[in-house]
Amino acid sequence: MNSVTSSVTSSVMRIGIGLPLFLVAVASYFLFPGQLGLIAHLFILAIFALSYDLLQGHAGVVSLGHAVFFGIGAYTTAILGRHGVSDPLVVLVLAFLVSGAVAGLLTRIVVVGNDLTRLLVTLGIGFLFFEAANKANWLTGGADGMPDFEVGRLFGLYAFDFMGKTAFWYTLAVLAVVYLFLLLVTSSPFGVALRGIRENVRRMHAIGAPVNRHLAVTYIMSGAIAGIAGALLAQTSRFASLDMLGFERSAEVMMMATLGGTGSIPGVVLGAATFGYLKDMLSVISPKYWHLGIGIVLMLSVFVLRSGIAGALAGLARRMERRA
Amino acid sequence: MITAIETSGLTVRFGNFTAVGDVSLTVAAGTRHALIGPNGAGKTSLVHALTGAIPASSGTVCIGGEDVTHLSQAARVRHGLARTFQINQLFRGLTVLENVTLAIFERERKTRAFWRLAASDKAVIDEARSHLAFVHLDALADRPVHSLPYGAQRLIEIAIALATKPRVLVLDEPAAGVPAAQSESIFERIHALPRDLTLLFVEHDMGLVFRFAERITVLVGGQIMTEGTPAEISADDRVRQVYLGRRGHHAAA
Repeated sequence: MNSVTSSVTSSVMRIGIGLPLFLVAVASYFLFPGQLGLIAHLFILAIFALSYDLLQGHAGVVSLGHAVFFGIGAYTTAILGRHGVSDPLVVLVLAFLVSGAVAGLLTRIVVVGNDLTRLLVTLGIGFLFFEAANKANWLTGGADGMPDFEVGRLFGLYAFDFMGKTAFWYTLAVLAVVYLFLLLVTSSPFGVALRGIRENVRRMHAIGAPVNRHLAVTYIMSGAIAGIAGALLAQTSRFASLDMLGFERSAEVMMMATLGGTGSIPGVVLGAATFGYLKDMLSVISPKYWHLGIGIVLMLSVFVLRSGIAGALAGLARRMERRA
Repeated sequence: MITAIETSGLTVRFGNFTAVGDVSLTVAAGTRHALIGPNGAGKTSLVHALTGAIPASSGTVCIGGEDVTHLSQAARVRHGLARTFQINQLFRGLTVLENVTLAIFERERKTRAFWRLAASDKAVIDEARSHLAFVHLDALADRPVHSLPYGAQRLIEIAIALATKPRVLVLDEPAAGVPAAQSESIFERIHALPRDLTLLFVEHDMGLVFRFAERITVLVGGQIMTEGTPAEISADDRVRQVYLGRRGHHAAA
């Protein structure tokens, strides 16, 4: 089912829908001036979900520990900020490099094996990093997190304001760059090879493909981009804490990608935004029981939106084409 | 004589069971060589061990005179050894064209590039279209593979293998699962392959084997029973017995 829908959705929703999505995002600045902080947060979630979906949706590699890289990005930002490195873009690049490097170190144990072993290994890695961050009080602040560190002005001009104006444009710009980058990667010969691995890894070996190398590159890219997302959250919220690399965040990114339609770049952005918005809305309605609402939405989405939001939109597009 | 494939003492064991036992097989370059034998004779296991899909328990494999015993499957492909599968192993969600271009991108080591568009590499796409034209599927290039009938998918198996530019092509029951009329046309395409490409194929249909093979190796119980020209094999009483005996056994069961 997955492969069928992804080829359809990718052809329907390749670059076409990116521009309207961007315009809607820009419009939201003027339509919801009181919600800029929330919207910037949705952009960050979208970057994180895109980073994860490069693994799951394109290469077919599942992971339950992707928040590790998100957390590393966040802590890198906080630790650098405490040591006087606070230029947002410099920090962003460093977070990208650090989380990519950690992904590079982990790739050997993640890439080998099958889906089940990968789930267990990535789950284990997630727990290890969580515990390490918890215990390394001197570096990470342990369970209290890191509330006070310096975040500089963007380009030396724009401070991160209370209304979230700077955060909005900053995160939207990074999201656009990541979106275009992944569009290019997934349309490249490398991207075709990733889909080849997803579709039939056995045949990939039989055509002489360096499968493990491809997966290693993907894992590093994916980890590095997740690190960017984590850095953005730390910069815009001025906070880094354990929940940024915890299991729940790892599980959430899987849900966001699935809800949006794994393998579809615009779909995953919509999935992350929908998930983030629902979570926020439900926790306002009931701070205690919001998990209940998310659970129902997730289960419904599996039955109603079989291939995510992207699949539903592609189906709609097909129906309209037939009518026209 | 230049040897395309040479195995010596090739053995594959699964626990106590010997699937391939001490097989020393030589295929001359440019030959069309058939591998036959009853079900469970170890033909597919031999193909796996030759191509490196499973490791040999002992023995050696040489391709074009080079010892590849300790090379991975992917490395053997780079030495010019390609294969097709008895049961389709295709990239089902990708288009027919993408299935073939992917093999070319890998051969040219172009899959390292993530900063270029795959669709803009005209040389690769033209080559892929020529492989598809060879198997008469160029008209279906943009269709997803899973939407094609099984017979057409069997031909994509071959087109992908050709795209690796092999010197030796191992075909594991290339016409398995298709009606007799279609297996004819699949073998007609195999027959039309360039003469300098060495072919080793597994096939059950004796009519096809005797028509298209120049040499035949008979595998029984994981071991080579005999080898010879089609005329020699068809005259061999033991071979007839193996096949008749098997048929008799089937009837009894």
